[in-house]
Parts: sequence; structure tokens; C-alpha cells
Amino acid sequence: MAVVFDRPKALSKVSTHYCPGCTHGIIHRLVAEVLDELNLTDRTVGVAPVGCSVMAYNYFECDMVEAPHGRAPAVATGLRRALPEGIVFTYQGDGDLAAIGTAETVHAATRGENITVIFVNNAIYGMTGGQMAPTTLPNQITQTTPFGRDVKLDGYPVRVCEMLSTLTGTAYAERVAVNNVKNVNAAKKAIKKAFTYQTQGKGFSIVEVVSSCPTNWGLSPVKALEWLEDNMLPYYPLGVYKDIGEEENK
Amino acid sequence: MAEKVLMKGNEALAEAAMRAGCRFFFGYPITPQTEVAAYMAKHMRKNGGTYLQAESEIAAINMVLGAASAGQRVLTSSSSPGISLKSEGISYLAGSDLPAVIINIQRGGPGLGGIQPSQSDYFQATRGLGHGDFHVIVVAPSTVQEMVNLTYDAFDMADLYRMPVMILGDGILGQMMEPAEFPTESSRKLPAKDWATTGTKGERKKNIVNSLYLDPAELERTNFERYERYEKIKATEQKAECFMTEDADIVVVAYGAAARVAKNAVLAARDAGIKVGIVRPITLWPYPSDTLKEVAKTAKAFLSVELSMGQMVEDIKLSIDCAKPVYLCNRTGGMVMKPDEVLAKIKEISGGLK
Repeated sequence: MAVVFDRPKALSKVSTHYCPGCTHGIIHRLVAEVLDELNLTDRTVGVAPVGCSVMAYNYFECDMVEAPHGRAPAVATGLRRALPEGIVFTYQGDGDLAAIGTAETVHAATRGENITVIFVNNAIYGMTGGQMAPTTLPNQITQTTPFGRDVKLDGYPVRVCEMLSTLTGTAYAERVAVNNVKNVNAAKKAIKKAFTYQTQGKGFSIVEVVSSCPTNWGLSPVKALEWLEDNMLPYYPLGVYKDIGEEENK
Repeated sequence: MAEKVLMKGNEALAEAAMRAGCRFFFGYPITPQTEVAAYMAKHMRKNGGTYLQAESEIAAINMVLGAASAGQRVLTSSSSPGISLKSEGISYLAGSDLPAVIINIQRGGPGLGGIQPSQSDYFQATRGLGHGDFHVIVVAPSTVQEMVNLTYDAFDMADLYRMPVMILGDGILGQMMEPAEFPTESSRKLPAKDWATTGTKGERKKNIVNSLYLDPAELERTNFERYERYEKIKATEQKAECFMTEDADIVVVAYGAAARVAKNAVLAARDAGIKVGIVRPITLWPYPSDTLKEVAKTAKAFLSVELSMGQMVEDIKLSIDCAKPVYLCNRTGGMVMKPDEVLAKIKEISGGLK
């Protein structure tokens, strides 16, 4: 019988701890499919963050390192320099990448570090139970913004792809989403391009994946995807923010 | 025999690290350790290695974590305030059982403190280099030659015991010049790094470098295992130098640069007819308690000479179970005692003994 659907080899045969309706599962699968298709798994080292995806080291079937909170790009830099033939990626959430790890993120990009960053933006701290993230939207209610994020007091949400696209060392920055099939397919294409650029030594690549957190948003999985489309996508427009491959082709 | 060269302590550390097979250095500028990084910047890339100036000490220690995960010999160096920033990463290195060497060329503290030599990070190095149950091996050279020798051994011990090793110096040792020669190779037999995350190459199951254990029983088990290793280290790696302790009534205990000052005072006191000797700890963790216990059998009093408000003095008391009085002669904040100040203290103690 023909196999029409199977688990990617780069995805470990284990159940994940993610909540029902969480989009981490989709994003993990996309990364694993890309590692399979580009035949990279055997020479890849992934770096897990602190946050909901902290146990990503159990889910990818390649060598994995678990980094301190926010430090994944620095850990990846050490791996990158030590493994010139290797492929190194980080998988980070918004608190990890855009709050506590902002310096490590910005400077890895500044150096043009030849790594791939998968950045999952769900506008909230998931693992600790739903506190304000650097990407929490204006007026969004969280455990630590119980009356909504007041930008005058709590500050504004950070747009990571826009910020990193200003840096010379960034080779590729694209924002995608996983709220429908069309966007999931586009997300995979972006992730594939990011890893391909790394194999070509082009430099720092980041794919920001706008995703949902039904549990901490207090919505059903379907409603959460609708909320994502109605609220997150207007503030975080999808698209390519930098692509030196395209620029080289011009 | 290798040729002797006149070198600054900081530069000797860097040269020794490269000769010991270290090909990765990640650092961030801070006085008074700057020459380590400067020397690395000049020579590491020519030697086929990686020198990288990180955006912070925090980033530097995490780059160390990454390169160590890949099984490489890796070094970072800093000074007191910078070590505080690295302590997060040092805890993760220990929790992940990763080998790495960290140099601390101490300056006065707390806070931004000053840039003059100090030994006030003793507690931090021997007890508090980060959160959680762990130790790092701490070695304390007192000459440029010893900085060289202990650097080789630091990398070997890090690999052998899969843990961070700190070389604890101070601004005096880092800045002074002395002749030193470089051994050609180390002598220890080291295990293969089959745990390293280098990519499976399709030849083995995946490796995971990690310090997270959500199951408390499992975390307790890893801590128990680590502390069993620490017991072995305590039994085999304690190192100290004894000088004139055989008949000593008073035993001075001092390490690093302070030991050089103290030794002058001991010689002067001997000239004055006082039976005094010196124990110079070379490892601060494990502390050379066995040596102190031995000399405590005949010594009547101990004197800790240190460039801090009195930190090592506690380890002396613990080592001898407070069986003999332990006195303190100290300066701090970047001030260094003169041999006369130590001699006066020895005479004072000696007067009390009679």
C-alpha cells in the first residue's frame, strides 16, 4: 500500500507535551520535513530555548543542546564555530528571543552568524502561564496585563523581522503564519529557504512564525486561529523583510 | 627542555591554553585580564582556532557552552564583575556536565569595585559560581610558570571530570612578568567525548546536552552522581605546597599573590627565631584540607593571609574542625599588604603563644 502520510524521520517518535490546538506541533513538523528533504539531519545540531518548546530536544531526531533562557543564539554561535561542516538552528519563543535574549539575537544577526533561527511568536509567555510577552499586542489581556497592555506604561510590542532586517549581517528574514493550509505551506517554503541559505553560507536567517496559544489566550483552537488572523496579522504583517538571495538576483 | 621566555602572566595563560589544545576563545573586554584576550586575538586565528569578542560576558559563556557541547577545548577569561555575569552559564555548564576553562583575574569588589588586584571572589569561586548544587575545580597559581602548568592541567581535569575548571588569579599575577617554559604535552589519560553534539553522521543515536530534569527524583539522581564524582576529586586532586611546616608552631596559609608576600614574612620571622611555616593551597576547590589536618597535629595556631575581608579563613577552620585558633591578616579593595604587616601579625600571635 502506498504511504501518503508519515512522520518525518527528523521528528522523534514520541508524544509532545504541547497543549491541544497549539501550533508548535505544526512548526516542529515543518522543520523536520525540511531537514529530511534537504538531507541535513545527520549533520544538524538544534538548540532548544527556555519556554514552551524547552523540551524540543526530545522531539527532533538530531543532536540537541538545551540553552539557558534567551542564550540560544550565543550557544548556536559556539556550535557554529566548532562545527564548520554542521547545520545549526535555534528554536525560540518570543520571550526567549525578543525579551531576555534580545542582545544575543541582535548580535548573532549583526555578526552574520551562519545559523537558522525559528522564532515562534504567539504574543504571550506560555510555559509560565500566560504573562505579557515583548510581542503582546496593545490592549491584549494577559496575567500580568489584567486590564490589557497599556502601551503608555507597558511599552509597545516589538516587531522582530523589521528590526533585524536593518542589520547587514541578516541574510534572510521572513514572517509567516500557521493559521491555515496556505500559510502553513508558505511557512515551510520559508523554513526551507532559511536552511538552504545556511548550507550556502549566506549568514543569519530567521523565520518568524506567527502562531497561537489557545490555552493562555483562553480560546478554543479554532477561535484562537481566528483571533490570530484578526489581531496579530495586522500588527505583524506577513512577508519577506530581507532576502539577500533575491537582492543578489536583481 | 623547552626554552624559557619572559612573559606577562595573562599572556602566559593564553599561550598555555593554545598549547594545551584550546582552539576556541570567547571573551569580553575587562581590566585587568585584557591581555589574555589581546594575545588570543593576535594568535588564535593564525593557529586555526576561533577568537571571538562577544557582545557580553553572558553571551561569551554561552558561546563557550556551545563549543564545549561540540566537544572542543574552550576558554573564556574575565575579571570579577564579568564572572558574576558568567555565573548563569557556569551553572548550566556544570548542570550539563560540560568541560570548559574559565579564567578569573580578580579585581576589588563588590559592585564595579576597582581595577586593582584582589582575592575577594574566593567565596564566589569555591561556593557560589551560580545557582544549584555544584562545584567547579578552582586552581590558584602564584607564579607565571605555575599559571602555565595549571592551565594545561585545567583543560585535562575539565575533560576528565566533565566539569568547568576555574583558574583563579589576580591583577598582580596577570600583569607581572616572569620567565616560564611550556611543557610539550600533558600526562593524563582522557576519555573519549562520545557525548558531544557534533551531528550524528548517521553513525549513532542522537546526543542531548541538557540540564533540565522535571522529575525531581531524576534531578536528585544526577546531583548525587555529580557529588560522587566530586568526592573522587576531593580524594585525588587536592594540591598544596608546604614550606617550613615540619616544626612550625604557626602555620601561615596563603594562596596566589598573597602567598608570595606571606613567604617573605615567614622567612623574616624565621630569622627572628619564630617557628613558622606556610601552606600554600594550589587547589582552592577541592581545598587541601588533608594537608591542613596533617600540619594541625603539631601547629599551635594558623594565620590566613588573604586579599579579602577574610574568606579563605573559613575553609581553614573547617579543614581543622576549629581545633586550633585561626587568625587573619588581610587587606582588601585592591590594597596589598607588605611583608612587614604579615610579620607583625606573626610576632603578635607568637607572643600570645608564649
